[in-house]
Amino acid sequence: MKVMIAMSGGVDSSVAAALLVEQGHEVVGVTMRLWGGESDTGCCSVSDVDDARRVAQQLGIDHLVFNFTEDFNTHVVDPYVQAHADGITPNPCIECNRHVKFARLSERATLLGFDAVATGHHARTTRSERGIELERGADRDKDQSYVVHMIDQEELRRTLFPVGSMTKPEVRAHAARLGLRTATKPDSQDVCFITSTGGRTTFLGHRIPFREGRVVDGTGSTVGTVPAVEMITLGQRRGIGLPGGGPKQFVVDIDVTTATVTVGAESELFVAGHVVHAMTWVHDAATAAAFPTVLVQCSAHGTPQPATITIGPGADADTEGRTVLVRWTDPQRRIAPGQSVVIYDPSDRFVLGGGIAGAPLS
Amino acid sequence: MADPLVYLDHAATTPMRPEAVEAMLPFLSERFANPSGSHRFARSVRQVVDECRDVVADALGCTPGEIVFTGCGTESDNAAIAGTQQRQGGIGVCPAVEHHAVLHATLHGGGRIVAVDNAARVDLVALAATLDNIAAAGGTVSIVSVMAVNNEVGSITSLPDVAAVVRRHAPTARVLTDAVQAPCWIDLRTLTPHVDLLALSAHKFGGPKGVGLLMARQGTVLEPLLQGGGQERDRRSGTHNVAGIVAMTEALRLTDMERVADNLRIETLRNHLVDSVLAELDDVIETVARDAKVVGSAHICIAGIESESLLFLLDEANVCASAASACASGAMEPSHVLAAMGVDRRHSLGALRMTLGSTTTEDDIDRAIDVVVGAVQRLRAPRPGHAAATTQSGAST
Repeated sequence: MKVMIAMSGGVDSSVAAALLVEQGHEVVGVTMRLWGGESDTGCCSVSDVDDARRVAQQLGIDHLVFNFTEDFNTHVVDPYVQAHADGITPNPCIECNRHVKFARLSERATLLGFDAVATGHHARTTRSERGIELERGADRDKDQSYVVHMIDQEELRRTLFPVGSMTKPEVRAHAARLGLRTATKPDSQDVCFITSTGGRTTFLGHRIPFREGRVVDGTGSTVGTVPAVEMITLGQRRGIGLPGGGPKQFVVDIDVTTATVTVGAESELFVAGHVVHAMTWVHDAATAAAFPTVLVQCSAHGTPQPATITIGPGADADTEGRTVLVRWTDPQRRIAPGQSVVIYDPSDRFVLGGGIAGAPLS
Repeated sequence: MADPLVYLDHAATTPMRPEAVEAMLPFLSERFANPSGSHRFARSVRQVVDECRDVVADALGCTPGEIVFTGCGTESDNAAIAGTQQRQGGIGVCPAVEHHAVLHATLHGGGRIVAVDNAARVDLVALAATLDNIAAAGGTVSIVSVMAVNNEVGSITSLPDVAAVVRRHAPTARVLTDAVQAPCWIDLRTLTPHVDLLALSAHKFGGPKGVGLLMARQGTVLEPLLQGGGQERDRRSGTHNVAGIVAMTEALRLTDMERVADNLRIETLRNHLVDSVLAELDDVIETVARDAKVVGSAHICIAGIESESLLFLLDEANVCASAASACASGAMEPSHVLAAMGVDRRHSLGALRMTLGSTTTEDDIDRAIDVVVGAVQRLRAPRPGHAAATTQSGAST
């Protein structure tokens, strides 16, 4: 097969490229240039491109750089900024996968005659009687199926995750065996367009006007202020300007239109379920709905919780399956609006679909 | 098995002339002396550098004392802009389509950028207005930099017209021309008289990388970029790159000698290339009219495709071309030249720069036509069931 491998300059995609070469594929490495601004954390810096290119050279494959900065700004950075202004906390890495890696890059690869696109994600594609499954990576601690949950059957057919069946130590050992310069490179942890020195506050502060927020308790009495209501996340406990001592207070509601942050006890965060919008399905909505209970994960490394799902709001079936109601078996903490909610099968192996958290259900 | 290489990226760099390689070899081996030395071994090499200066000065139409050997075109541009500014105060001015060596150096010194016309030539009315405005606000202009030939689209700027505007509206300002793309196409003797400073880079005309020159008209005193041993009459410290200077000189001598004949031949090839592509493909524009640009430039904008995809397919077929300038990571940057010219986005996304040179053959051109036409047809072909096909040009809105 002719395979395009997205090489970030990290160890996972380096080894993924190496495995594809070992498997005898015709491989071309591509590093996407995504963020044109300042960066010191992520996968867009010139030194990361250098690492990717050098690994490609060591493997004897071609390496190209594609400039997707415009797409990245349009689909990832601008919505990220706007969401914060609207009091929503999105996951930019998921939007990048949705709009750039498994859309823009994959479309270009097809156009240029490639049979498949590979990435270094820790996830697996496996066949079952249902079609192609998107399965968790073999290394449960490093599993990234959550961030690639939006891949559908058509896209899965041309997607390869060469390191998905390996543990991270196995990946590093393989890189070391091959003498790749990325063998001991630390994992990237942060959003690539936000510097570790400036942080989220500096990044957003340059792009949206921050408004001081009033912090109120359950009775509506003002108990403090925060410098920027746009920076507050649901469930947050620190940095909300409250004096120490007394019972622990959590952010239980944020209203950006009135710049009001409501605090309360942790118990107030617990809800019976959530509306989840913008659902995408690995197979289709009916396949997921056929399970009496499913497991639902609400952050990249969160613990999946049992729940039931109903397709469409209310009793009427939404034929598109774009909205689901998730009802927890046991009440769970409220999900910050904008977060991705990913549904797994009861065995906790296969992704069924995922969407964006909306209003809670009581 | 692989197709032979078709090299149509002469604006990026040219193959070295074999005579230039030959000429430099002794100075990489037995004649290694430092020309600034005091012994006869050194003096003999010093003589070679002096002879080179005479040959280069002849090709430029200036005096040998006005030639400063440098490390590259970028250095020459920076030495002129920063050196003038540090010596005279004031700011720099340049059009928006300059090479980054001039653009960034000008902006770094707090300079001003001037608009261009739709052929990437500086707008003389806008230039005059900018110079007047700076003067009216109590500022001074130390240097106006206008490239002789644009590196992306190949357009030629009339330096006498530019110089006339500068002399009238900013009489104390120096005029620099980045002539890096000019030597293969234009007799430099027709450029030099109109400017105070002129920058060249050897590898753009069959010389080696890592050597360039700056013509600094007598009386144009520059603050040097480098402090050191005071070589090049205190204008450029650092031990001479003798082999590079020798090879550059030989390349310039041959380029100057063969220019007229080469231009006739290359113009025919270029016209055949562009005419054929335009005949085979719809919705392709020739970015700059042929009478406004050098004969080695074939810059076209192809609607409905993306340059990066096209270059990938050309590369697979072993055809070397480019789109715009590459950034440090190797990614293609959107062209600041096309943006300044006002080329619409539908076309500028599909920019293709093919640049010919003295080694370009008819076979090269015939194959380039086949490959470019085939690649564009493939990229434009509808792809049933794939959203990408219909949204290629509008994929990022």
